[in-house]
Amino acid sequence: MIAPPPAKGDAGSAVYVAPAWKMTWWRFRRHKLALVCLWVVGFITLIALMPEFFATQDPFATSARRAYIPPQTLQLTHEGRLTWPFVYGVEGQRDPRTLRMEWVADQETRYPLQLFVRGFPYRLFGLIPTDRHLLGFADTPPGATPNLLGTDRLGRDQWSRLMYGTRISLSIGLVAVAISTVLGILLGGISGYYGGLTDNLIQRLIELLQALPPIPIWLALSAALPRTWPVTWVYFAITVILALLGWTRLAREVRGRFLSLREEDFVVAARLVGASQGRIIFSHMVPSFTSHIIAAVTLAIPLMILNETFLSFLGLGLRPPAISWGVLLQEAQNLQSVVNAPWLLIPGLFVIVTVLTLNILGDGLRDAADPYSS
Amino acid sequence: MHWFILKRLLIIPFLLLIFSVISFVLIQAPPGDFLTSYIAELAQGGTTIDQAQIDALRRQYGLDRPIYMQYLLWVGNLLQGDLGVSLEWRRANVELIGERLVLTLALTTASLIFTWAVAIPIGILSATRQYSALDYVFTVLNYIGLATPNFLLALVLMWIAFDRFGMTVTGLFSPEYAQAPWSWGRFVNLLQHLWLPMIVLGVAGTAQIARVVRANLLDELGKPYSEMARAKGLPEWKLVLKYPTRVAIAPVISTLGWYVPQLLSGGLVVSVVMSLPTIGPLLLRALIGQDMYLAGTIILIFCVLTVIGTLISDILLALLDPRIRMEGN
Repeated sequence: MIAPPPAKGDAGSAVYVAPAWKMTWWRFRRHKLALVCLWVVGFITLIALMPEFFATQDPFATSARRAYIPPQTLQLTHEGRLTWPFVYGVEGQRDPRTLRMEWVADQETRYPLQLFVRGFPYRLFGLIPTDRHLLGFADTPPGATPNLLGTDRLGRDQWSRLMYGTRISLSIGLVAVAISTVLGILLGGISGYYGGLTDNLIQRLIELLQALPPIPIWLALSAALPRTWPVTWVYFAITVILALLGWTRLAREVRGRFLSLREEDFVVAARLVGASQGRIIFSHMVPSFTSHIIAAVTLAIPLMILNETFLSFLGLGLRPPAISWGVLLQEAQNLQSVVNAPWLLIPGLFVIVTVLTLNILGDGLRDAADPYSS
Repeated sequence: MHWFILKRLLIIPFLLLIFSVISFVLIQAPPGDFLTSYIAELAQGGTTIDQAQIDALRRQYGLDRPIYMQYLLWVGNLLQGDLGVSLEWRRANVELIGERLVLTLALTTASLIFTWAVAIPIGILSATRQYSALDYVFTVLNYIGLATPNFLLALVLMWIAFDRFGMTVTGLFSPEYAQAPWSWGRFVNLLQHLWLPMIVLGVAGTAQIARVVRANLLDELGKPYSEMARAKGLPEWKLVLKYPTRVAIAPVISTLGWYVPQLLSGGLVVSVVMSLPTIGPLLLRALIGQDMYLAGTIILIFCVLTVIGTLISDILLALLDPRIRMEGN
């Protein structure tokens, strides 16, 4: 993904022969913050690709006796000295008055953090059977495995659930945006290239869809999904529902580009020398706005992620046993559960960081794709 | 000008017709109807209902007729101002929706005013002090504002208020005013509760609009007329506020078209979290319970509000910008 930087000496002459994407990359690289965000997004994508590797426990394993354990944060110092990261064990005591379980850190037991530990078995990328995990605590008595981010109502490990949720939330964003990109480019392209009645019809359709209030429509559509559907079907249905209203913005963008490019000298020249329509579109027009499309797509992904979170949070999107950030946040749906277990809001932090970095990355790409920006 | 408004007005009935079809299709889409989910609910509670009663209910609600007849009946009644009856609540929809709609509009308007009151000064400050520390702070805040789902912000603020100050900031009224008829005291009580949902709802939009104002103002500040005014010796703040700002905030008006639907949609989620007595939680309940006429009517109301928002923004824009006004002639 990251191209080697051009040699300092021939940078001047390289500019004249560089293809458009390379010049975009050069401009992008100057935006330091966006570059940092590219790394963060890359890391989140890595988690989404292999959440099992980053998880410390089986995210579906419940344990009624270990519900609502607060996060066992990594400790870096012991008795005033810097040490290898470890966590304290916890001990549950029932409050004799409220009968609530109170978890207190047990300073005596320390579990050092270990890397590349053996844990629950899984298949990497769905293919390679293995039981190695990036982080873990190997020498813990059974039933006392530390929970880095605490546990939920059913005693499930929140850290591991968060890793699994990353896969679903990120991929739903990507798939929904992919569907709307295809629709947007197809309909926007047709609209911009042919003009006339077709253009008019498609533009009216877009205006109509944009005049609909999105969340009520999404809610109604999701409520229409049969409750009996298996998780994977619901997953695809939700992506389609999100994409259904999401393609209009991209279509507008593509149409605008087509309209302005149609009259450009190089397109007219290509038409005059007898290039076929397909050739004009795909080898002359499309390359000159690909970078804009990439920027627009990058900015559309965070919106989709937020929308999935909304839907699942309201209980109309993905449903357990599926794990997504929205499903995780549903555990913290009211004040009472937040007061009881504030750490259930941590998945929200992941949503914010992901959306934030994708937005900055998209803005950086958009600025870089504009050849007239200073 | 009149032609322009007339043209916009003429599209509205057509749009509403399409929206009514979409709403109806949406509420018809779930498998089964209200009675099947009602029977299931009764069965869960251990009661059964005999077939004759079911048939009678089905006839009473018009659920035995073909779908197009159901649609025509619904739309026909709507046109006569009859919003229908909620199947679940066994009350007229007008009663259920009435006050909630007023509160929804109050919340939306308050958020809109909050957004403009905060976003425009921030935009002006960041543009006139481009690349200053202040500009960077606002940029960072804007990005965070855009990235935070509003229900999360609501939860965090509610939690802080409870944890630090021992306040429960849910709802729009104190208990003694919740069911009371409208009075001055109730109105004041509403204002005391409205500010938090108003801020929660307005934050994302504030971030977006501040960015728009900043970008527009930066474009305007470099134009020859600004240079000219500066050369004539006009004080900088007077110059900025008098000329470029007026041009720069015009596009903000056009954002009304998408901002109002966004506020209405966002308000729905915030209302569920903060248990506000607005229309949102009612819609959610109706959708889950397949209370089809109530859900359909609410969705249609959302569509109508969106259309009105767009219309107002079109008219305001035409008033502001002669180029748009002339388009109709």
